[in-house]
Amino acid sequence: MARAVTPRRKALNTVAAWSVALIIFFPVLWMILTSFKTEPSAVAMPPQLFSADWTLENYSEVWARSDYPRFFWNSVVISVGSTLLGLAIAIPAAWSMAFVPGKRTKDLLMWMLSTKMMPAVAVLIPMYLIFQRTGLFDTKTGLVLALMLMNLPIIVWMLYTYFKEIPGEILEASRMDGASLWKEIVYVLTPMAVPGIASTMLLNVILAWNEAFWTITLTTTKAAPLSAFIASFSSPQGLFYGKLSAASTMAIAPILILGWFSQKQLVRGLTFGAVK
Amino acid sequence: MSTQSTRLASRIMVAPSVIVLFIWMIVPLAMTLYFSFRIYRLLSPDRTGWVGFANYTWFFKSPEFWLAISNTLALVLGVLIITVVLGTLIALLIDQPVKGQGVLRILVIAPFFVMPPVAAMIWDNLFMHPQNGLLGAVSRAFGAEPILYMEQYPMASIITIVAWEWLPFATLILLTAMQSLSSEQLEAAEMDGASALNRFRYIIFPHLTRAITVVILIETIFLLGIFGEIFTATQGGPGSASTTLPYMIFKQAIVAKDIGRAAAGGIIAVILANIVAFFLMRSIGKNLDA
Amino acid sequence: MGQITLKQVRKSFGDVHVIPGVDLDINDGEFVVFVGPSGCGKSTLLRLIAGLEDTTSGKIHIDGKDATDLPPAKRGLAMVFQSYALYPHMTVRKNIAFPLKMAGMNPAEIDKKVEYAARVLNLANYLDRRPGQLSGGQRQRVAIGRAIVRSPSAFLFDEPLSNLDAALRVGMRQEITELHQNLKTTMIYVTHDQVEAMTMADKIVVLNAGNIEQVGSPLELYRRPRNLFVAGFIGSPKMNLIEGAEAAKLGAKTIGIRPEHIEVGSGPWSGTVALSEHLGSDTFLKVDAGELGIMTVRGSGEVNVHTGDRIQFAPQADKVHRFDANGLRLD
Ligand SMILES: Nc1ncnc2c1ncn2[C@@H]1O[C@H](COP(=O)(O)OP(=O)(O)OP(=O)(O)O)[C@@H](O)[C@H]1O
Ligand SMILES: [Mg+2]
Repeated sequence: MARAVTPRRKALNTVAAWSVALIIFFPVLWMILTSFKTEPSAVAMPPQLFSADWTLENYSEVWARSDYPRFFWNSVVISVGSTLLGLAIAIPAAWSMAFVPGKRTKDLLMWMLSTKMMPAVAVLIPMYLIFQRTGLFDTKTGLVLALMLMNLPIIVWMLYTYFKEIPGEILEASRMDGASLWKEIVYVLTPMAVPGIASTMLLNVILAWNEAFWTITLTTTKAAPLSAFIASFSSPQGLFYGKLSAASTMAIAPILILGWFSQKQLVRGLTFGAVK
Repeated sequence: MSTQSTRLASRIMVAPSVIVLFIWMIVPLAMTLYFSFRIYRLLSPDRTGWVGFANYTWFFKSPEFWLAISNTLALVLGVLIITVVLGTLIALLIDQPVKGQGVLRILVIAPFFVMPPVAAMIWDNLFMHPQNGLLGAVSRAFGAEPILYMEQYPMASIITIVAWEWLPFATLILLTAMQSLSSEQLEAAEMDGASALNRFRYIIFPHLTRAITVVILIETIFLLGIFGEIFTATQGGPGSASTTLPYMIFKQAIVAKDIGRAAAGGIIAVILANIVAFFLMRSIGKNLDA
Repeated sequence: MGQITLKQVRKSFGDVHVIPGVDLDINDGEFVVFVGPSGCGKSTLLRLIAGLEDTTSGKIHIDGKDATDLPPAKRGLAMVFQSYALYPHMTVRKNIAFPLKMAGMNPAEIDKKVEYAARVLNLANYLDRRPGQLSGGQRQRVAIGRAIVRSPSAFLFDEPLSNLDAALRVGMRQEITELHQNLKTTMIYVTHDQVEAMTMADKIVVLNAGNIEQVGSPLELYRRPRNLFVAGFIGSPKMNLIEGAEAAKLGAKTIGIRPEHIEVGSGPWSGTVALSEHLGSDTFLKVDAGELGIMTVRGSGEVNVHTGDRIQFAPQADKVHRFDANGLRLD
C-alpha cells in the first residue's frame, strides 16, 4: 500500500523509521561493541563509545577458555538435524492436510499446535528420566529428537499453509500422468513448494538454535550447544562484560549471518506462513 | 480430489506426525501425573508412597502459586499488548515509502535471532545493571539515581526483555499484512474524505485482524513457556516477585528437589495451558481458515 | 481403443447427490461433449471417469474392462485441465516428458516423442521455457502435448478453453477438432459453451442436475430436443417457448419455435419491437407479443424495423416443437 508522497514526507518518514529501527537494534549493537572493549572500558561510567579501548582479547580469551567449535558444531547438528528430520515427517502430513482435507483436519492441526502450549518445565523430570534410561541424555541424537518434536507442530502448520496455495489440479495432473504418490511428492509437490520449504527450514533452524531449555537441561558437556555455552558464562558481575558480550556475540553470530544472507525466505518464514 | 486410495494414503502419511507427537505428549504427561500423587523428594529418597492430592493442595495453599499465576498472566498479556500495539505502529511507519527499507527490516528483525539467555544477558547486565548498565548512566545523566530494575520492577523488566524479543515477529507479520492491502482501497477511502485516523480504523485495522490473530496465537504458545529469560535475569526474584508458573515448578524440582510437588504443579500448568489453548483455538481457529 | 461405458454411476458428496445415476456408452474414436449449466456435475462426471473421484456406486468400464477401482494412472486416460495444471517448475520439454518419465520410458525415446508432440503443436521454439513464460494459448498446447505423448486410449478435457479470450478460443477449438481427426482417439470434452458443443461434437451429452437429459448428435439435439430443458439449452439465441391457448391449439402444453424459424412480414402473430440488434448478417428482434410473451425473432441482416414498430410474423409450421405437461416432446 505504498503510495506516492512528497520528497519531504519521505525524508521525514525515513528519519523516523530509521530511528525506531536503530532503537530496536541498539541492544544487539551495544553488545557487539562491548565485546570489542577491554574490560575496564566495557564497564566505564559514563559509557564509552569513541574513547573506548578497543581489543580482540575478549574473543581470544573466550576461544581459549572454552571449546567453542564443539558447541558450535553441536548447535549446527542439532538445529539442522532436527529441522530436516521434522521436514521428512511433516511433508507427508502437510500433504494430507492440504490436499485431502477432512472434517477433522483443522482440529488435528489445532491439537498439534496446542501440544506446544504445554510448558516444557511441567515434564522436565520425566523427560530427564526418559533420556537417562534410554541413553539419549547428553547426546546429539537425543536433542535432535527432542527439538524435532518440539518444532514439529510449527513445521506442519507452515508447510500446510504453503501447500494450500498449490492448486490441487497440478497434483491430480501428475496422478493422471502416472506418478505414484511418492513421485507426486518428490517430483511435483516438493519442487513447487521450495520457497515455502526453505522458509520453514530457516525459521525452524533459528528456533532450534535459540532453544534454551531442553538444550540446557538435557545436556552436560558432550552434546551441549551454544545456548549451554552461554549459560556456562552466567553470573558474571562487573569485570566480565567484555568476555560475556564476546561469548554472546559468538553464540548468535552464525544465525545473525544466516539471517542476513537469506532475508527473503526469512521474512516469509518469520511470518510462520500465516500471512501473505 | 479424494478417492478411497488417496484418503487411505492421507491417513498413513499423517500418522507418523500424530503418533510421535502423541507419544511425546502422553508419556511424560502420564509420568508427571503419576509423580504428582506421590511423595518423591530427592533429598529424602527413602520416603515414598502415595499422598493423594497433598501435592496439589500444597500448591493451591501456597501464596506463591497465586502470585505465579498472576505473573504468568501479566507476562503473556503484557507482552501481547506491547508487541501488538508497538508492532502496528512500527509496521505503519516502515510501510511508508522510506529509503533503505531492506536494511531497515533486517535491523528490526535482529532481536529475533537472539537466544533467550543472550537477550537476558544484554538487558540484565549491559542495560539494566544499576552500576554498569547503560540505563543507569542515562538516569545519572539526568541527575537521578539509577533505577534498580531487576529489584524494584522485576516483572516489568522481564516483560520488557521478552517484548523486545517478540516485537520483530509482530511487526513483520503486521507489515506483511499491510503490504497486502491494496492501495486502491485506501485511495478510494481518501476520495471519500476519510481522515488518516478513519482510514486506519475502518480499512487498515479490519484488514489486520487476521494477522493480529496469528500474532496472538503464536506468541501465546511461546510465552506460556517463557523460562530462560527469568532464569538468567532474576531467578524468579527478588523473593518470588518475578516467579511465573513454569519457573515455580522449576524451583520445586531443581531447588527444593521435590519432584512430587513439581509434578503436581506441572499438571496444573498443563490444565491451565489447555484451558487457554481451548479458548484461543475456539475463538481464533475460525479466523485461520485460509 | 477407447471405449468407455458407465453403468448406473452415482456420486454423492455427503448428503449431496451430485450424480444420481448415469448410464452412458462412449464408442471408440468418438468426440463426446458433456454440456450443461454450471454446477450440473459435468466436471464430477469427468473426474469419475478419470479416477480422480470414487464412484459412490455403479461401474465404469474402459475397453471392456472394469476400471471402477483402478487408480487414475492405471486407466490409460489423459486429462487436460481448465487451469492447464502445468508443472510450473519444469520446462515445457520436461512437462511434456513427465508422463513418459513416470512410465519409465528410456530417454532417447522420450526425446523423440517430445519432439514430435512439439512439432505437431507448434511448440518447438518454446521447449526450454517455463510455463510462466508462455501465453495462455501456448500453455494450453503444452497441456495437450503432455496428454498426447502417452497415446492414451481417451482424452478428457475439462473446459480447456474457458481461460482463453474469444479469438484464441475459436482457433484452439479448430486445433482440437483437427487433432481429433488426426489421432482418431476418443475424446470427452466438458464445456458449458454450447457453440463449442455444437461445432466439435460427434455426440453431445446434455446434463442437468447430474442427470442425462439427452444424448445425440448436435443436429439431432437441435432438431428433435427430447424435452424442454434440451430445447431451451441447445440453440442460440434460445428457442421461444409458448404456453397457453396458442399451445393448446396444437394439442400441447408448451410449444417451442426457434428464432430462426420465424418468418417476419405477415402471419397470425403480431407484436411490438422492443429491441433490435443488428449483427450484420442477421438482425435479432425482441418482440413483445402480448399473450405470447416476449419473443426473439431472427430477421435477415437487411430487415428494416425499428424499436416501437409493430410487426407481424409466423412460425414455419414444420419447425414447431410440441411438449406435454411433463415437458417431454410430443410427436
Ligand atoms: N468435493 C466436493 N464436495 C462437495 N460438493 C462438491 C464437490 N465437488 C463438487 N461438488 C458439487 O457438485 C456439483 C457439481 O459440481 P461440478 O464441478 O461437477 O459442476 P460443473 O458442471 O463442472 O460446473 P462448472 O460448469 O461450473 O464447472 C456442484 O453443486 C458442486 O458444488
Ligand atoms: Mg466444472
